[in-house]
Amino acid sequence: MIKNLLKLVSLVAVAMLSLEARAQLVVDITSGIDDPTPIAVAPFSWSGTGVLSEDVSDIISADLRRSGLFAPVPKEDMLSFPKAPDEVIFRDWRILGTEYVVTGRIEPQASGYLLTFDLVNIFGQQTMFTKQVSGGSRQLRDIAHRAADEIYEAITGIRGAFSTEMIYVQEEQRGGRPSYSLVRSDIDGARPKVIRRFSAPVMSPSWSPDGQDVAYVSFETGRPAIFRENLRTGARQQLTNFKGINSSPTWSPDGTKMAMVLSKDGNPEIYVLDLRTGKFTRMTRHFSIDTEPNWMPDGKSLVFTSDRGGKPQIYQLTLATGQVDRLTFDGDYNARPRVSPDGKTLVMVHRSRGVFTIATMDIVSGRMRVLTETRLDESPSIAPNGAMLMYATKRGDKGILAAVSLDAGVKYRLPSRQGDVREPAWSPYFD
Amino acid sequence: MFKSVKTGLGLACVLAVMAGCSSTDTDDTAQQEMAQQPEPVVETAPEPETAVPLDNVVYFDFDQSLLKPETRELLIQHADRLRGSAQAVRLEGHADELGTREYNLALGERRANAVRDFLVLQGVDAASLEVISYGEERPAQAGSSESARAMNRRVVIVK
Repeated sequence: MIKNLLKLVSLVAVAMLSLEARAQLVVDITSGIDDPTPIAVAPFSWSGTGVLSEDVSDIISADLRRSGLFAPVPKEDMLSFPKAPDEVIFRDWRILGTEYVVTGRIEPQASGYLLTFDLVNIFGQQTMFTKQVSGGSRQLRDIAHRAADEIYEAITGIRGAFSTEMIYVQEEQRGGRPSYSLVRSDIDGARPKVIRRFSAPVMSPSWSPDGQDVAYVSFETGRPAIFRENLRTGARQQLTNFKGINSSPTWSPDGTKMAMVLSKDGNPEIYVLDLRTGKFTRMTRHFSIDTEPNWMPDGKSLVFTSDRGGKPQIYQLTLATGQVDRLTFDGDYNARPRVSPDGKTLVMVHRSRGVFTIATMDIVSGRMRVLTETRLDESPSIAPNGAMLMYATKRGDKGILAAVSLDAGVKYRLPSRQGDVREPAWSPYFD
Repeated sequence: MFKSVKTGLGLACVLAVMAGCSSTDTDDTAQQEMAQQPEPVVETAPEPETAVPLDNVVYFDFDQSLLKPETRELLIQHADRLRGSAQAVRLEGHADELGTREYNLALGERRANAVRDFLVLQGVDAASLEVISYGEERPAQAGSSESARAMNRRVVIVK
């Protein structure tokens, strides 16, 4: 009896925790593509005891909706709740115009859950797959995101990124003073966890390519310094302590090097730190501002911001030769470049008619396209599948996060209920 | 009180000697004069001139690090007080919210460097000046109005 009660209490506690987490960043979809694919994720069955702390089918629906490519059918519009493909009545779903139905069954396991789910093509009248995902007792959301990844990939041919995470900076008032935190959350904003709290500003979080570490700039020593922190153990290492600016750390694609900005020579220059030997190599020599380096996916060159032409523009630096080529020519402010995973597209902060927006540029053709129409847009960070990017913007005087697809068709916001949030860094895949 | 004056004297002596050693074009008499400087510094401290605090913030135009004429006047006054003093001074450079954060960190440094270079030209010991940029991370005034932004594009002289 007591044991059962305890079990119940811990379940309630988990439920409350997850509620609190969800209360922090709430997704608000502002636009999607014109013709999203109708899909129904029927409520899953649960063969265990008690009530599950998360509605797994709802999380999958929300993931698919957020991608902008799908229009999930609301539960109240469903004529039946099939739990397996043989319970799907094709005619009913065809009447609703539903193209795909997902059915699923959750079973208890020794220390968690097992989800078996099926993707059914209504017009083709066939089951496309039946798959299983399992996870620990606190991993129902992970199970849901993993299932959404599988469904998304089966239909679009693009790997899903719903299981990824982000790290962002949060600023709030604590006892009348600004407090800064590095926060890690699911990519939908759920389950935020404070990595570390700071009384001085923190900025520029950057994931290691294996998703194990984060690098960032902290002012805690009274000067900006670059730190590296292990996300699992919290072990931390100060990588730089030079006079002047120590900023903009970004890891090389193979994780062995870090590009950064140091102004110890008098003005900001791009450096590369070899993480194995600790050796710093200066990459730029110019009296202007050189900053915000980011690696091309092949690791052979960097893109960066420089005002060597009088205004901030984006340049490419070939590491082997030191050659610098200007990439952007449209507009008088292009900065903080990030490169898509296929190396073909640059995203950046672009000023257009006095407004700071996020823009993409096709590297080969040089064609630029403005993606956002919000205000003070900055810090774009691309998903590892290259489908969307997360960025920071302002709503009123509050900093919020928002996302947009690289083709500008899909947009959503993740407004924070608490404090200002900024500088989202989209994680790599964790496997 | 007496003790702190003594410490101040000691520091000033050390600094004067260092200045003497590092300058190659001063002759012996100049070095001796410098070594004797600390005393008048202590004496002039209570004068009414230094009792009036100087404005310690200077402002800049968007994406600019050029010193405005009124800034130059103020910095000349600061230089008059800092010259020959051993006081460590932090020059904190800041930017407004427009533009990217890391570029603004560089811009804040460029502004603080412009103030430092001007003070050094006015005879302030470069070794006593430390430049720190906070970029747009520590606004003086919240909000996105042009007046708030103008207040945030600044260098703060911290003694």
